[in-house]
Amino acid sequence: MTGWLQVAVLVLALGLVHRPLGDWMARVYTSGEHWRVERLTYRLVGVDADAEQRWPTYLRSILAFSLVGVLLLYSLQRLQALLPLDNGMASVEPSSAWNTAVSFVTNTNWQGYAGESTMGHLVQMAGLAVQNFVSAAVGLAVLVALVRGFVRRGTDRLGNAWVDITRSVVRLLLPLAVLATVVLVLGGVVQNLRSGGDVTTLAGGSQFIPGGPVASQEAIKELGTNGGGFYNANSAHPFEGPTAWVSLFQVFLMLVIPFSLPRTFGRMVGDRKQGLAILGVMGLLAGISLALISSFQAGALPEGQEVRFGGPLSSLFAASTTLTSTGAINTQHDSLTPLGGMVTLFNMMLGEVAPGGVGSGLYGMLVLAVVAVFVAGLMVGRTPEYLGKKLGRREMTLASLYILTTPAIVLIGTAVAIAVPAGQAGMLNSGPHGLSEVLYAFTSAGNNNGSAFAGLSANTPFYNTALGLAMVLGRFVPIVLVVALAGKLAAQGKVPVTSGTLPTHRPLFAGLLTAVVLVVVGLTYFPVLALGPLAEGLS
Amino acid sequence: MTTPVLDRAPAPETAKPTIAWAPAFAGAVRKLDPRGLVRQPVVFTVWVGSVFSTVLAVLHPSVFGWSIAVWLWLTVLFANVAEAVAEGRGKAQAASLRKAKTTAVAVREDGREVPAADLRPGDRVVVVAGQVIPGDGDVVEGIASVDESAITGESAPVIRESGGDRCAVTGGTTVLSDRIVVVITSKPGETFVDRMIALVEGASRQKTPNEVALDILLSSLTIVFLLAVVTLAPVAAWSGAGQSTTVLIALVVCLIPTTIGALLSAIGIAGMDRLVQRNVLAMSGRAVEAAGDVGTLLLDKTGTITLGNRQAARFVPVGGASAEEVSQAAVLASLADETPEGRSVVVLGGGAVDRPAGAAFVEFTAQTRMSGVDLPGGRQLRKGAAGAVQAWVRGLSGAVAPETGSRVADISEAGGTPLLLAEKGPDGARVLGVIELKDVVKPGMRDRFDELRRMGIRTVMITGDNEATARAIAAEAGVDDVLAEATPEDKLALIAKEQEGGRLVAMTGDGTNDAPALAQADVGVAMNTGTSAAKEAGNMVDLDSDPTKLIEIVAIGKQLLITRGSLTTFSIANDLAKYFAILPAMFAPVFPGLDALNVMRLHSPESAILSAVIFNALIIVALVPLALKGVRYRPGTASALLSRNLLVYGVGGVVLPFIGIKAIDLLVSLIPGIS
Amino acid sequence: MTRQLLASVRALLLATVVLGLAYPLLLTGLAQVAVPGRADGSLVSSADGTVVGSSLLGQGFVDSSGDPLPQYFQSRPSAGDWDGAASGGSNLGPSSPELAEAVGSRRAEVASFNGVPESQVPDDAVTTSASGLDPDISPAYAAIQVDRVAAARGVSADEVSALVAQATHGRDLGFIGAPGVDVLDLNLALDRAFG
Repeated sequence: MTGWLQVAVLVLALGLVHRPLGDWMARVYTSGEHWRVERLTYRLVGVDADAEQRWPTYLRSILAFSLVGVLLLYSLQRLQALLPLDNGMASVEPSSAWNTAVSFVTNTNWQGYAGESTMGHLVQMAGLAVQNFVSAAVGLAVLVALVRGFVRRGTDRLGNAWVDITRSVVRLLLPLAVLATVVLVLGGVVQNLRSGGDVTTLAGGSQFIPGGPVASQEAIKELGTNGGGFYNANSAHPFEGPTAWVSLFQVFLMLVIPFSLPRTFGRMVGDRKQGLAILGVMGLLAGISLALISSFQAGALPEGQEVRFGGPLSSLFAASTTLTSTGAINTQHDSLTPLGGMVTLFNMMLGEVAPGGVGSGLYGMLVLAVVAVFVAGLMVGRTPEYLGKKLGRREMTLASLYILTTPAIVLIGTAVAIAVPAGQAGMLNSGPHGLSEVLYAFTSAGNNNGSAFAGLSANTPFYNTALGLAMVLGRFVPIVLVVALAGKLAAQGKVPVTSGTLPTHRPLFAGLLTAVVLVVVGLTYFPVLALGPLAEGLS
Repeated sequence: MTTPVLDRAPAPETAKPTIAWAPAFAGAVRKLDPRGLVRQPVVFTVWVGSVFSTVLAVLHPSVFGWSIAVWLWLTVLFANVAEAVAEGRGKAQAASLRKAKTTAVAVREDGREVPAADLRPGDRVVVVAGQVIPGDGDVVEGIASVDESAITGESAPVIRESGGDRCAVTGGTTVLSDRIVVVITSKPGETFVDRMIALVEGASRQKTPNEVALDILLSSLTIVFLLAVVTLAPVAAWSGAGQSTTVLIALVVCLIPTTIGALLSAIGIAGMDRLVQRNVLAMSGRAVEAAGDVGTLLLDKTGTITLGNRQAARFVPVGGASAEEVSQAAVLASLADETPEGRSVVVLGGGAVDRPAGAAFVEFTAQTRMSGVDLPGGRQLRKGAAGAVQAWVRGLSGAVAPETGSRVADISEAGGTPLLLAEKGPDGARVLGVIELKDVVKPGMRDRFDELRRMGIRTVMITGDNEATARAIAAEAGVDDVLAEATPEDKLALIAKEQEGGRLVAMTGDGTNDAPALAQADVGVAMNTGTSAAKEAGNMVDLDSDPTKLIEIVAIGKQLLITRGSLTTFSIANDLAKYFAILPAMFAPVFPGLDALNVMRLHSPESAILSAVIFNALIIVALVPLALKGVRYRPGTASALLSRNLLVYGVGGVVLPFIGIKAIDLLVSLIPGIS
Repeated sequence: MTRQLLASVRALLLATVVLGLAYPLLLTGLAQVAVPGRADGSLVSSADGTVVGSSLLGQGFVDSSGDPLPQYFQSRPSAGDWDGAASGGSNLGPSSPELAEAVGSRRAEVASFNGVPESQVPDDAVTTSASGLDPDISPAYAAIQVDRVAAARGVSADEVSALVAQATHGRDLGFIGAPGVDVLDLNLALDRAFG
């Protein structure tokens, strides 16, 4: 009962913030004014903020920014021992450094390493946390480009990627992160620059007490749906998640932007009901998921669970972190019940769209909406159109490739890993659960979630390389397709809405979209789920 | 054009020919050639699977292996049957058209005879009574009655004459009387008949934009399922539940959208065919699809919205004449008037009466602008244009009732045409009353337009009438807008404006001056009676020259898209049941818990897999008639359509295979050798 | 592309300075000034003033050979041996035979150590936590340890129970999370009360 009260309070809080935050974000991306600090940024970066970009240029900016991000983060890790504030940590070994660099730039935050024994404070702050901000900003920029594609007509311009990224950070992520940090520090999350040290325990033993600027990183880790923990145990670590209410607050942080973006979308396309329909689909999927995982986890052994959080809050966190592309944890997913673990897997397999990552969740959902509209549109006897844009050959090619990309990465990655000795060697658990660990790893990497069935020993050259590839492809192939789609859409005119137009703001369509998401994903992954969690859970 | 063309039943009875299965099967076998199948990625994938499973069956013979191989081949075959059946319908029509083409020689104006096939655009040929016109062209000299039944199926001859909008003749039609000189306008092999043959045979069929988009989606789903199964092989092997290649192939075939993949091209051909059955030739599939998207219909007033001619609607007595008097006089004056207006006066007046003996009828002439009758005994009745009749009365020093002028004006303002009725009797001449002639809107038009509005289609009435008249009729008919005193330039501008707003425009036209507008419109339906310029400019030709058909064309376009969408939904929804049949069959022997997924309680793993494959094949055949006939379409809002089709094809698509597979399993389990 | 790459380099350097240094350092300063205790990890000291750990981090109350000390309440098992430099869980799946075995043997040990039947041993006593540093045990696990601790310290069970009650926290705000007993706080209180 108290479990559901937590959910009710969370939903209430999200509901309260939905409107003001959604409206604010719409203003961030439509305002013609530059703030002074932004003008300074543009001057220092050397870009013309008032020049709008064609879609290939917009895309190139995003890709260049991400590429440089990977190189910089890789270098920081490789040179760690030579830089200050290394806390005595060695430089990171190449395959791990590559995996981690890619992981944070792609907003995945899969962690093959253990934070407290690998990363010094400098890499945490100036490397990892920076990408927590900017990778989220990149997701928002891509989303905004797509929404502009729907809004604009007959133009080849999508806006300016530099402006969208800068504003995402300056007007949205940074202020919210500061606020969240204050709350987290008050809740007991640590924020210091200590290296940490041993103390003599009450029983006369010795315990290492770690330090670190954790709260400031924790804030953006949840807000930006990044999920990379300062410590290995992530938000289950008492220094990251000291109390139950802090953990619930973290759930709020990871959901707040993704669940407010539909409002932003509705505002930008000039029809708030369109946003509500999308929100409805996200909410419905999330609700089903939470109900399922809660029922599967009821009465489960608390292995991998913290006493202060208890079962219901652990289930809520597990559902939220996989429904968004966050991947932070407050309970060990590997130790969830087979069917409970399957729900977290399935949440990611949905393509991280309910509500998904910051920006990426909504653009993924919009692409799925395009597919749903196409089939439904045919059923009402018109060339399908969504938000006044016709869905023809080009648009469907891009959307089809989008829905093809992640399943291909996940399935091929899993099959290869399961077939080669280097892949098989990583499993901690045997039988179907071992398969689930490998499947989870590639699902998490391909969908840019970052959580793990952590029994898998993934800090090996094979997994570091393979999962790194999965993350890169899982992030940037969809981005290329989405920005291209935005370009095609913006170039179109706009078809007026008539009573012959498929209404995409009604419950009927929302229901259809939900069904399309569930069916397409369900059909794709049913066989492999049958051999993993289903085989384990139904035995 | 007095028959109401409004009846809802879209197709005449002949539009339901029985399916000729036997020749279709023969054609289907020929289509097993993979070179042709590559065009249909889904079917081609099944073909590859069939080849593999056959090889496997040969290498490791078993009842199960052979059963799967056979049914996979049948799946490909059934897919081909669907296409062959659709094409077969066109073939019969093509054959009769070819007969019309076999004209041997053409006679040039200079008397030389040349083979018809050698005629070039610009050649002038002479055609006399009894000869077949050798090619498409325009009459430049003479007038003739022409039998066009070879193309239109209409046996009544039509008049073709030089100049004006009735100059176009079609190759293959026969001149019945007189002599005409025709300038050829088509290149050899590209005549109207050639194009018709190609169309109905499906030979020149190109995938339409929408079909291409759907094909892309289906291909990507095929790849996803292919991936899901191919990657399943190592995963299953590692899990100790390794599967034979035959089973994996069966799974792929069951999962990929074979149903819609198999029926897709048949649906397209059938859509064109449905138009052909209504005597409309679409020059491209693109035009048919565009018809479904039409947002604005431009309709000519005369013949489409109104019954072609004005009709008497009311008698208005003036100057103290009784209604009875006016009515009788009107009938008498119109007895000999064979114009539609005249006949309508008689009808309004209560019907024809016997002609009084000795009556002398006065015919209408352009000079007098009156007609009437002189009765024995000196009574004279006249009806005609207001000015002429008043002049006649005054000329006889008769009385024109003072209210006459205002009555006439009232009728004019309301969009009607006033005719004055006057008599010269023993007491002198007087005006008896006014006959109001009105454009009569065809019955049921208002409902039809309401329906179009619900479908989101705007109707615009095009007329040469003045604004006031046009508005009055528009209001009565219930169209959304009017274009009055329309010139061809106005039409073109209107189309461009609508298109700018993102709407697709459909219109009909027949005159040469309609050609630019027809070309500009997204769906331009040229009347077969029209000029070749008009026919060339439009992307459809209506052989019946019935402008009302535009509404039906829109419905057919929509039906085509709906059929595709519904069967796609059905096809994908089917997969759910197939999973529940096949997955437990594959894995329950190793993981007994998965038998919980065997909700259909199928007999054995082999029978379960085979049943799913058989269902998958049979459902294609079962749906062929639906693909050809098209999904039932009732005009309505998009929401209503979506709910209904989702319910029938989405929910139905989930449920039906559970029942079907279970039923097939009961039969299959009886086959000896299936464990 | 070169232009975009150069702009990216400048943008990321700027981001590193602003988001990677200024942001965390300013907030660290703020936290250190405002709530230094919490910002440093809620460290706790014994009666003589030496820091013995963090009230947020669980620790082992075992002797040098790893056997549980009877005078202290015992924490949950830890997958990382309460090492603050190696947080994490066991990651054993629910169907893992290894886990079933571990749970079985722990249940027997906990039962015999506390002199209660195995059926009274709560699940949190036999499972490892997510962090390996869980500071809490369930009130039920504390309850079965009271008699053993009281006996080892030669005090009455009621006195121990009173201290357990003090160290017990309910759900946050009455509905968030689950109730628990902070073991280090409890054991410190025991030492303070009974020497």
